[in-house]
Amino acid sequence: MLDIRQIPIGALLGLIITTLLVLSAILAPLIAPYGIGQIVGGVWEPATSEHWLGTDNLGRDLLTRMIYGGRITIFIAALATALSFILGSVLGFTAAVVGGWFDTIMSRLVDLLMSIPTLIFGLVVLSVLPSSTLTLILVMGILDSTRVYRLARAVAVDINVMDFVEAAKLRGEGRAWIIFREILPNALSPLVAELGLRFIFAVLFLSALSFLGLGVQPPESDWGGMVRENKEGIVFGIPAALIPAGAIAALSISVNLVADWVLNRTSDLKGGRGNA
Amino acid sequence: MPDAGGTETLLDIRDLRIEATVYAPGEDPRDVVIVDGISFKLAKGRVLGLIGESGAGKSTIGLSSMGYGRGGVRITGGEIIVNGRDIRKLGPRGLRKLRGSEVCYVAQSAAAAFNPAHKLMDQVVEAALRHGTANRREAEARAVELFRKLSLPNPETIGKRYPHQVSGGQLQRVMTAMALCSKPDLIVFDEPTTALDVTTQIDVLAAIKDAIADTHVAALYITHDLAVVAQVSDEIMVLRHGKMIEHGETRQIIEAPRKDYTKALVSVRSIEHEEKKPATQPILRVEDVTAAYGGGVVRVLQDVSVDIFPGQTLAVVGESGSGKSTLARVITGLLPPLEGTVSFEGRPLPPRLANRTKDDLRELQMIYQMADVAMNPRQTVKTIIGRPLEFYFGMRGAERDRRVAELLEEIEMGKGFADRYPAELSGGQKQRVCIARALAAKPKLIICDEVTSALDPLVADGILKLLLDLQKREDVAYLFITHDLATVRAIADSIAVMYQGKVVRYGTKTEVLTPPYDDYTELLLSSVPEMEVGWLEKAIAGRRMEAAGN
Repeated sequence: MLDIRQIPIGALLGLIITTLLVLSAILAPLIAPYGIGQIVGGVWEPATSEHWLGTDNLGRDLLTRMIYGGRITIFIAALATALSFILGSVLGFTAAVVGGWFDTIMSRLVDLLMSIPTLIFGLVVLSVLPSSTLTLILVMGILDSTRVYRLARAVAVDINVMDFVEAAKLRGEGRAWIIFREILPNALSPLVAELGLRFIFAVLFLSALSFLGLGVQPPESDWGGMVRENKEGIVFGIPAALIPAGAIAALSISVNLVADWVLNRTSDLKGGRGNA
Repeated sequence: MPDAGGTETLLDIRDLRIEATVYAPGEDPRDVVIVDGISFKLAKGRVLGLIGESGAGKSTIGLSSMGYGRGGVRITGGEIIVNGRDIRKLGPRGLRKLRGSEVCYVAQSAAAAFNPAHKLMDQVVEAALRHGTANRREAEARAVELFRKLSLPNPETIGKRYPHQVSGGQLQRVMTAMALCSKPDLIVFDEPTTALDVTTQIDVLAAIKDAIADTHVAALYITHDLAVVAQVSDEIMVLRHGKMIEHGETRQIIEAPRKDYTKALVSVRSIEHEEKKPATQPILRVEDVTAAYGGGVVRVLQDVSVDIFPGQTLAVVGESGSGKSTLARVITGLLPPLEGTVSFEGRPLPPRLANRTKDDLRELQMIYQMADVAMNPRQTVKTIIGRPLEFYFGMRGAERDRRVAELLEEIEMGKGFADRYPAELSGGQKQRVCIARALAAKPKLIICDEVTSALDPLVADGILKLLLDLQKREDVAYLFITHDLATVRAIADSIAVMYQGKVVRYGTKTEVLTPPYDDYTELLLSSVPEMEVGWLEKAIAGRRMEAAGN
């Protein structure tokens, strides 16, 4: 099975950082030293032994806010990515296999959605719809699914003309078998690579929305929202805004490292036996 | 060792050793020897044929004479002496000077070797200009002269065309002109006719042979087809697993091989197959089928009618573009015909795949040319063979596994292969698994689309023998699509010759292969290289006489 020594150092690092961030997100209520909205000191206090990262613009413990913020960021980004993948890949594969009018309608619809800049589209939709976590996930998921659709369709069109798919069709297999048993396993590696990338984009998109005030609403806050709350501090040389910004970068890079490694493993044609 | 005839030695390879590092999954990288202890001398104006199956190291040796190792291959021992100097001691600059001026290379796939964005002439004269052996006008004049020598149509203007505007056989000749243009001393031909139809191959072979004789270059001719190499080379070296098996004059190798392996190569396709008489009731009848792509625009089949009888083999022969594979697509229902019917055991088959019953589909199976893309690379052999069992017969679990093991026995592979992935099989094994998958459905007819063309001769022979055995045991009929007449002779009961979408000759094997022939069949039969020195000259002479007679 998986030998830890076979994991390349970059992937290992990414794996450790991602695991730490995900664990702290899951265990937030247990490990956070203070309550999320609890005011525990003065505004923008420097790091002390009580407040490891100092306090924020309202005097709340920054470490606590970081842990809870990470929870929200990862939760929303993960669900939005999952939604975009399920939606995008199922529709993309179906379009490739069915072809004809279904493919045309779906593809033009996606083109239409993609022709509008995502951030502007997101801003417009979110300023109309009530700001809740659910709408946020739906909007992000659907907007992102257009990218996944394009990739899934492109990959599946190539696989769909391979002889083994033709052999399956000649056998009389149904569409579900062709999509899930013949095409999906062969399309997995580009999709997994895309999954990592899409998750990162979802994190960045959510952070951007929150920074602009349309994402997660106070008193809750994700990392992007925390940058917004603390951005005035930068003028006074207070690094509180840089910490969530750094966390966003760390999460993005480490997930990317892991995705790269997974891509290497899954693109192996011997069922992932061995191969670091 | 054959005598170099006292002429000057051009290429002298001594004890060549070439290695590569293999990164096998799950193992530490290890070095493997690709070419081991090869030595030979080549005099000016001589042609040496390097022959062997895939993986024998023939291309690697050919490229080493330019000091080149493909994809991580390293020349680790021996000397490669070209024109009196060891090119292993030349630096990158020296090698660059050598390549394209002293030694040139003609690749297998001319279509892939030409840059589609440049005109032919620019590419043909490039090496000569780059090495400063000629100015542009001289080089172009020489190119035109070469085009003429290689009997290309419109030698004056063909250079103005782009690669996609000439046919495959013409492109291959242009590539030969490209190699000859900078007046090299040595040309390496790497399977230059393998991708061509037989009727085209004979012209290209003749052109290459004449050009070599006219320009007095030496050549290494790499191929897996002994009959082809017998026509063009003065001496032959037989290779296997990177080692030399036998080296001698062409006549000696062909007529009196000394080593067992060479004997096997020479006598390949010695399968004896007794022709069966047509039965009364055909299992599959194709009647007046006309089919087209692009909604009727491009007609690829015109009034095709053939019958296939139970337990017999119909071979469909023709060059690429003759509509052989389209016929298979019509029969399987992938391409509904414009006109005509396909009936199976007396009842008409619905033209569309979607309207056929599960039993219709089961009784008509297909085996493809490229076994590696005909199997899902992410399924194990067990899943690949087991799926038809599950799908058509509802077999599950232990029952299915038992049947998979039986089928693996039938194709002469052990049940140990059940858990392997296609990437862990050799080319011949892959094709066997595809045969097992077809057999699993208990079909009455199997369509074999060029099933042996991607395989080495000895492996292909094994596959053909297996197919014949299975026919005897299971009484299955074959529709065998091929461009290879040797294969047809080996297995067919009846033959349909196709040309430009029409069946030009159809009947039992004896009828079709007995004169008088129609023009196309005559051309086709006379184009297949025979394992005989001097065949090419005879064939060409025969053709010229005929042309003069008309």
